[in-house]
Amino acid sequence: MTLCQLFLQSEASYAVVSELGELGIFQFKDLNMKVNAFQKKFVSEVRRCEEMERKLRYIEKEIKKEHLKIPDYGENPKAPAPKEMVDLEATFEKIESELREVNTNAEALKRNFLELTELREVLRKTQTFFTAQGQEMSNIVGEAQHALVHDEGTTSGQAVQLGFIAGVIPREKVPPFERMLWFACRGNVFLRYEEIQQSLEDPQTGEPKIKAVFMIFFQGEQLKARVKKICEGFKAALYPCPESSQERQEMFRGVTTRLEDLKTVLNQTEDHRRRVLVGAQKEIRSWIIKVEKIKAIYHTLNMFSFDISHNSLIAEGWCPIQSLEDVRRVLKDGEKLSGSTIPSILHPMKTHETPPTFFKTSRFTQGFQNIVNAYGIATYEEVNPAPYAIITFPFLFSVMFGDAGHGTLMFLFGLWMVLKEKSLLAAKSNNEIWNTFFGGRYIIMLMGLFSIYTGMIYNDAFSKSFNIFGSAWKSNYTEGDMMGDGETATLVFDPAKYYRDSTPYPFGIDPIWQSAKNKITFLNSFKMKMAVILGISQMLFGVCLSVFNHLHFKIVIAIFCEFLPELIFLLALFGYLIFMVYYKWLVFDVTQSGCAPALLIQYINMFMFKYDPPKSDCDVQATFYPNQQTIQTVFVIAAVASVPVLLLVKPFYLRSVHNKKVLAKNALGALSTDALIPNEHTSEQSTSKNVTHVETPSVSGEGSSDIEMGTQPPPAPEKDTNENGKSQSKQNGGDDMKDINLSVNNIEDTSAMVLAHDDDEEEFEFSEIFIEQAIHTIEFCLGCISHTASYLRLWALSLAHAQLSEVLWNMVLHIGLSMDLPYIGSLIIFAVWMAWANLTIAVLLVMEGLSAFLHTLRLHWVEFQSKFYRGEGYIFLPFSFKHILDIDSLDELK
Amino acid sequence: METPLVIGIVTAFWFFVGAVLPVLLQFFMWRSPNKGIYQIMLILTAVCCYIFWLTAYLCQLNPLFGPQLSVDMIRFMQMEWK
Repeated sequence: MTLCQLFLQSEASYAVVSELGELGIFQFKDLNMKVNAFQKKFVSEVRRCEEMERKLRYIEKEIKKEHLKIPDYGENPKAPAPKEMVDLEATFEKIESELREVNTNAEALKRNFLELTELREVLRKTQTFFTAQGQEMSNIVGEAQHALVHDEGTTSGQAVQLGFIAGVIPREKVPPFERMLWFACRGNVFLRYEEIQQSLEDPQTGEPKIKAVFMIFFQGEQLKARVKKICEGFKAALYPCPESSQERQEMFRGVTTRLEDLKTVLNQTEDHRRRVLVGAQKEIRSWIIKVEKIKAIYHTLNMFSFDISHNSLIAEGWCPIQSLEDVRRVLKDGEKLSGSTIPSILHPMKTHETPPTFFKTSRFTQGFQNIVNAYGIATYEEVNPAPYAIITFPFLFSVMFGDAGHGTLMFLFGLWMVLKEKSLLAAKSNNEIWNTFFGGRYIIMLMGLFSIYTGMIYNDAFSKSFNIFGSAWKSNYTEGDMMGDGETATLVFDPAKYYRDSTPYPFGIDPIWQSAKNKITFLNSFKMKMAVILGISQMLFGVCLSVFNHLHFKIVIAIFCEFLPELIFLLALFGYLIFMVYYKWLVFDVTQSGCAPALLIQYINMFMFKYDPPKSDCDVQATFYPNQQTIQTVFVIAAVASVPVLLLVKPFYLRSVHNKKVLAKNALGALSTDALIPNEHTSEQSTSKNVTHVETPSVSGEGSSDIEMGTQPPPAPEKDTNENGKSQSKQNGGDDMKDINLSVNNIEDTSAMVLAHDDDEEEFEFSEIFIEQAIHTIEFCLGCISHTASYLRLWALSLAHAQLSEVLWNMVLHIGLSMDLPYIGSLIIFAVWMAWANLTIAVLLVMEGLSAFLHTLRLHWVEFQSKFYRGEGYIFLPFSFKHILDIDSLDELK
Repeated sequence: METPLVIGIVTAFWFFVGAVLPVLLQFFMWRSPNKGIYQIMLILTAVCCYIFWLTAYLCQLNPLFGPQLSVDMIRFMQMEWK
């Protein structure tokens, strides 16, 4: 990974950045961070892009309203040149304004249509109302008159002139409307209403509403005014309705024809709108992509610094060394595209900055790299634990999950996701949970696969065992032995008599244990020891990986004073424990079962150096192989001795190296008299404190004083001279320092003086290094013990899983299967199986799966990676259209 | 099946997966960028699975106590498992 500078001509810059975005291998640094967002060079172009995006969003919304699907041809158009941007803008403007116009017109037309429809309904209903009563219009009026006038008691049959109004009101409002009329007019109006059968579409919202036609009869002008006000209040639409039947029929005919015309116009408007949208529908996806690319390009261009004198833009960024050729080729392409004559220059620079970390991953390894990255991005050029995690992660998961049946289900689920990868990727989902599961599809598949394996070894499939090879335990009890109640009386098999000659079940745990009452005792012993063995192996592996780090960063001292002591400590103590476990398994059998050594006591005795003579012939605390005492003592002493080595050797070694370098430098460099005075000055200061940190002008060079107190020249060319290929490891501090004072006094106390040299930036602070090494030692030694115990979760979770599985069997499925009912039994088993299946998936697969996943994650992050991994880097985020647009389908196009 | 035979077969199998196959891959896939990943995967799988199988096998080699079964189960076993 190298820091490069790009010198681009202004005309070529757009095309070059577009090509670099397609390539996606260059990470740009923001050179204009302190500039206000509104003062950046290309801010107006960005604004135009935002405007275009807004228009596109509007068009997209309209397309979705018409229920048209936006087709995805999987195309990936390149960002258009700036001059084409103007054309795009014009197109969008045209489409947007057309759509808006059409929409407004349509709305007005619909409103008109609604009014006319309502009017027609009113006419129709009043017509039916009046004619239903035959020619007895006057009768109706008389009736109404009676109803109205009745209360007043005037019987004179005066012919009163009744008026009426007709209108339309939403059906929900009819009851309150009626009540209001009754209250307001004191019962002197007569309301009659009838529902309109078809629902009418509201022009604004497009929702269908059910309305009712009403007619109100009243007497006199005052009542008319009151009624009108009430109608206004309820937002009822009033329509003029002629009194005579003939007029009504004429009006009806007129309205009907107008309605027909209006309908035609409305249809045509809809068609036009649809045509516009269909025209846009084909292109809109590629437009959206183009506009997003343009915006990204201008944002990137805003990060460049502008050189007025040469009319060029200067960019800085990181690029993997392997891809420099590609970048150069892309520069040439960009030049050709834009027709610029002056070539662009790519100039790699040397710098002290830590480059970002970049790992090339495929879609298979991406998942595992994500897991590792979630803890911390690898320091630049450090060992990457991800390739190893590809196998160790699913394996440790499977040790905790260990069930062949559940493993099969998990494997099939993962397999389905992997096989349907392309189509599932294309259906971009927003569901986070699904995306998380889908992103880990390879992990899930591998976890399932390994779970099948460990399930076969644990001999556990949905809590039942397979008996493929024949059990190793042969029983030939007679009836006389088997007395007592069949279910409760038990017999314990004696391995001496009933065990097939030391030939255990060839693959996994013997199936007889599944039915045994003391199954857990046996399995606990097995699983605990397995957990410790696997844990120590993984920690050993981690320690060995640290050698790669030491070799790569050329810290040879670390191999001898960090790796070797760590290895000795781990192996002497915990490797020996593993040896004892295997030894006891191999050597002691049931004939000596009373005398088999109690490993726990033996281990404790080892540390306490307690070797009592055996109390009897068969003492479980006595030594059990020759020379055990010697060997154990040697191991303990070696382990204890490695601790101070780990603690002390490295800091003191680094200090002596540092001192030698200072001596050497002073011997070479001539001491000028003016340098002596500040030297004496600083020596007095230094002796007063243990550790000092003093900055003085350096010995070499007159211009040095400027450099100390004045402005620092830009870091890149300065550090060129002193860059010696060392990485930024912390332990590196001591090697580059120069101590100016050495010619005058020796360093007698334990601390070194720290002086900043003009061309060195690293300081040698002994106390810091010592403390750091002490922390490392304590962490490692205590960590060995606590992490070994932590690996026992492998046992704990597998026990929990097996027990849950057994509970589900015993309490759920077994009950269903052992019912003795002839026909109903099948229904019952159907229901019971459903409960069992749901619980299996919910509890055992999802909950236990997530739990085991989490614990495996913890084991990797803490117990494994703490042995070698620092994870202090930052990730490489190149400028890539693929990332920005999130078009994963492009992966296959390349 | 005899103990040495079983151990021999399984060891040979995982040795093939974990030592022979990576060496073969070194020659047949030497240009592929994914060769390293495949080799690491094979070796780690072989080591992990072998240790797992070996531990399960060895812990049953000389059992210090046997299973405790109910009498019904013993009768059934004597009938079914010859």
